[in-house]
Amino acid sequence: MNALPPIEAGTELRPLTIDPISRANLALFAGASGDHNPIHIDLDAAQSAGFGDVFAPGMLSMAYLGRLLTSWVPQERLRSWRVRFAAVTPVHARPTCTGRVLSVTDGLAALELEVTLPDGTVTLTGDAVVDLT
Amino acid sequence: MSVDVCKALAYRFEPLMVTAERGMLAFFAQATGQPDPVYSNLDAARAAGHPDLPIPPSFYFSLELQRPDPLGWLTALGIDLRRVLHGEQSFTYHQIAHARDSLMLRSRVTEVAVKNGGALELLTKQTSVTRDGQPIAEAVTVIVVRHPEGRM
Repeated sequence: MNALPPIEAGTELRPLTIDPISRANLALFAGASGDHNPIHIDLDAAQSAGFGDVFAPGMLSMAYLGRLLTSWVPQERLRSWRVRFAAVTPVHARPTCTGRVLSVTDGLAALELEVTLPDGTVTLTGDAVVDLT
Repeated sequence: MSVDVCKALAYRFEPLMVTAERGMLAFFAQATGQPDPVYSNLDAARAAGHPDLPIPPSFYFSLELQRPDPLGWLTALGIDLRRVLHGEQSFTYHQIAHARDSLMLRSRVTEVAVKNGGALELLTKQTSVTRDGQPIAEAVTVIVVRHPEGRM
């Protein structure tokens, strides 16, 4: 596999900031991801479920986090990852994905992951294990 | 209405054989703003050593949605989809898979938990992905069912 940059406890991944999520982005992602749940694309459906507006599906933010990881190391090095969807990502939000290496043990790096909005809201928290061997 | 735990744990998902088409993966790359051509351009993928476009890390969730009526298991359990949120998602990988691979997905409900005195119910669904019988990935989805009226 390709050579990796130096990775040790405390290494921070270069943050990935996404342009504001438009309604068009939500429509495209619904088609591309196969998640056609109308609360993400249809204002009427979102309001009938008690939301003020449509909002981004958690898996869109997870896909952005996936971009953060695969721009850092080749995908085949990603062993596992897990996220918790902590808060709704409103339409027009501008998420930033961050990651930090917590430890490196036996060639496996443990990372903590986060997606935040400019107002400080944490929308996703997670962790990942990356094989450095 | 609360979820019938026995019915949920006994729910039978039909095994699902799926293939990620190249166009589907290129569309996913576009919709997620993926600038790395490895995920959308066959030549770039091959130059990086892949036999075809790689299936990106979170796309196994989308593969499951190729099932006819993908949310049917929730409605079959009497759950109002307007009350459903995605709580957690995880993936574990054994091998990287690519466009055109025939992948077998087998899912089951592994846990139903009640939180906040009944205001929330958490359903855990586990899916294994195999190719020619060899493990490719596991996906775990936690679905949150909100009962905003409070305790049941």
